[in-house]
Amino acid sequence: MDAIRFEDVSFSYGSGAFAIRNLNFSVREGEFVAVLGHNGSGKSTLARLCNGLLVADDGKISVFGKSVSEKDNLFEVRKEVGIVFQNPDNQTVASIVEDDIAFGAENIGVPREEIGERISFALKAVGMEGYRNALCARLSGGQKQRVAIAGVLAVRPKVMILDESTAMLDPRGRKEVVDVVTRLNREEGMTVVLITHFMEEALRADRAIVMNKGEIVMRGTPEDIFERHEELQTYNLTLPRIGYICRKLREGGLNVADTLDEEKLAEEIASCGSLRNI
Amino acid sequence: MRIVAEHLNYTYNPSSPFAAHALKDVSIVIEEGEFFGIIGHTGSGKSTFVQHLNGLLRLPSSMKKYKPKKPKKGESLPPAPLLKVGEFDLADKKTDFRALRRRVGMVFQYPEYQLFAETVQEDVAFGLKNFSDEKLTEDKIANAVRAALEIVGLSYDEVKDASPFELSGGQKRRVAIAGVIVTRPEVLVLDEPAAGLDPLGKKEIMELLHRLHGDWCKTVVIVSHDMDEIAENCSRVAVFSEGEVKYCMPPAELFRHAEELIALGLDVPLTAKLCLALERRGIRLDCDFTTEDFIRKTLVAVGEKDA
Repeated sequence: MDAIRFEDVSFSYGSGAFAIRNLNFSVREGEFVAVLGHNGSGKSTLARLCNGLLVADDGKISVFGKSVSEKDNLFEVRKEVGIVFQNPDNQTVASIVEDDIAFGAENIGVPREEIGERISFALKAVGMEGYRNALCARLSGGQKQRVAIAGVLAVRPKVMILDESTAMLDPRGRKEVVDVVTRLNREEGMTVVLITHFMEEALRADRAIVMNKGEIVMRGTPEDIFERHEELQTYNLTLPRIGYICRKLREGGLNVADTLDEEKLAEEIASCGSLRNI
Repeated sequence: MRIVAEHLNYTYNPSSPFAAHALKDVSIVIEEGEFFGIIGHTGSGKSTFVQHLNGLLRLPSSMKKYKPKKPKKGESLPPAPLLKVGEFDLADKKTDFRALRRRVGMVFQYPEYQLFAETVQEDVAFGLKNFSDEKLTEDKIANAVRAALEIVGLSYDEVKDASPFELSGGQKRRVAIAGVIVTRPEVLVLDEPAAGLDPLGKKEIMELLHRLHGDWCKTVVIVSHDMDEIAENCSRVAVFSEGEVKYCMPPAELFRHAEELIALGLDVPLTAKLCLALERRGIRLDCDFTTEDFIRKTLVAVGEKDA
């Protein structure tokens, strides 16, 4: 069954222009999908439509077969789909880590004894067991985002959407967060929708879609998409720097294949013969 | 304005259990006209350092209540901290900090969160009016705002009456930067100017900084996590780690220490990673770590082999 399904969905913020236009797309259970697009392309609107934070003007959105547009389903849908937002500071509701993680689970009426277990599970899943009684305010950005993810995990959703959750983090924090969601996807079978404009992060996904002006303009594996660099540029997206280097070297007459891995590219360059040191 | 810092120390929450020694004996010279980069991971002291440059954080000796320590017998005091920005001596109580701030513009991280006025025009004019000693005529204000908005790449007539909150993310950031540069500071300090923007937005912001650098602001100082950005843009870089300056040199030299930087928990530019990987395969490229130079040198290496 599809975890998330959009059929001919349109949405506008009321100013006339469509933020999402005639969108058809689905995410299978257990899949890791990356959503790419420049600022204002409709990626975040897509995330908010998935669990009914925004209501579509037109079309049908369903989560595990349940329609999101029916009010009676909302409570169930939000248990299935958790969202982690961009700014770590805006998502903290309590001053102590364990209270913050418990918030969502308490709200859906999980029995008290079980909440304790869920907190332990969630903290372990994000690798922050030692921080159960820490002050949220004293955590780093990456740690705060991991606590936000733990808070979503405590609700035990089947789908996690990360809406540019790494945009405000430093490289180390970014890696922490992406590692955690990759592991949740691979080991726990969590369905993950990763919205990002860091091309490198999209590489972890099984499938990527590119959005522009509220429509999906490219679909495929991340590697497929990066190969179509000229098309990417028309949507204001740039290749990962390494892809650009591969292309330029090829244009300069060096026979290297496209790769996104530094070691592989170095190997390719080295195999072009015994280069002189310069 | 030349910036000279010697033996700077700074402790947050001194004499409390949360005391954190953020700067330890930091000495840096930033020449006039540089495009200077500061890198270091979170908590390394880089923001603490830049906040000294316009006196947001002060040297103890510039505080009203400061009394110099007298050395006990047989004890020598550590060297006195010194911080000079152009003719301003920031260690001196008598320094006119308001005049200093007019000439050292500071753009914080996510400056768009500090937009507040009802129209773009008012928002950009705010600092200008505040810093001016006499009352400015409407014409003068409008001209200054127009020039500032135009250099950041916005059309004055299109955006002046818009609410800053209606603009897109990239536009908001430009308005916020316009609000700082409108006073024509000689030194412009930016904390993570491109963070959170999409790749195109990043590129546009860096282009904007190069446009400002020179005529508009003589010296530009950026704090960044993005090593590629640093390698491509900066004349020199200081590396902060645990409150100390570990390196201070041009990127072309700095990233030859790629392995040491990685050991400090820092990232290095892609070109430096590629150079390391090539070196392990017996190929040494002497490049300055900009993407274009890396490509050129690699191609030259291959060309020489064929010749």
